[in-house]
Amino acid sequence: MRASQFSKQSRGLTAIDGAMALIVILLMVQIWLLSATLDGYLAGHSEVALPGALVSGVLFAACAGLYLFVDRLESRAKDEDPQ
Amino acid sequence: MPSKQQAPPPLWREEFSVFKNDERYVNRRQLTKFLTLTSLAMFAGNIWILIRSKLRGKAPELPVVAVAKVGEIPVGGVKLFPYPHSGEQCILVRVGEEAYAAYSQKCTHLSCAVFYSQESGDLVCPCHEGHFSVRDGSVLQGPPTRPLPAVTLERRGEQLVAIGMTNTGAD
Repeated sequence: MRASQFSKQSRGLTAIDGAMALIVILLMVQIWLLSATLDGYLAGHSEVALPGALVSGVLFAACAGLYLFVDRLESRAKDEDPQ
Repeated sequence: MPSKQQAPPPLWREEFSVFKNDERYVNRRQLTKFLTLTSLAMFAGNIWILIRSKLRGKAPELPVVAVAKVGEIPVGGVKLFPYPHSGEQCILVRVGEEAYAAYSQKCTHLSCAVFYSQESGDLVCPCHEGHFSVRDGSVLQGPPTRPLPAVTLERRGEQLVAIGMTNTGAD
């Protein structure tokens, strides 16, 4: 019983670590995207602003989704193991 | 005797978990929250750029200013003049008998003042050895990545007049 609970928790932690790694990668892409869009805008290419904002929005939505996933996993783990 | 109802956990236990597993979960969740908020800030930055680009619209009309008289400067000579406003210095170069070119004197790298080098025939930034073509203001070498803003010149009788600018980053 305790062993299975520990294994469940361990799986939960692995999932959270994976989600965090994904968020970090998405964030790095987003930082690059912001700097590239800013560079284009300052060079007078206003047409890059809209696709930049759209893609950044999608990346943010993905990050928010992963955060909710982590949050849900954590609450479930707490419910299962109220201590 | 009524059974004693289970009291809710005290606030300190909710706020400061003493269980190691909980602590690991909370730390991860806090970091994830921070990363997500950073992502939101990046998105807000992109939205700000989008709003600025929509508001920028059409570039304002620039003044028409007499810069020099035809033949006032020798071939290979230069004249500095303020354009489009008094604080923004530009450089006029006579590159041939009937050919003139004028650019903003502010280097597009770190805003040092460029000068015309007769030896190389380029506009040179002394700070980091950036070279710009005197024909079109494009970057020939050095750290700048954008061309010099060019002043559009027009000959009106015996006067050379500045009527606008290109490559300013606002067109």
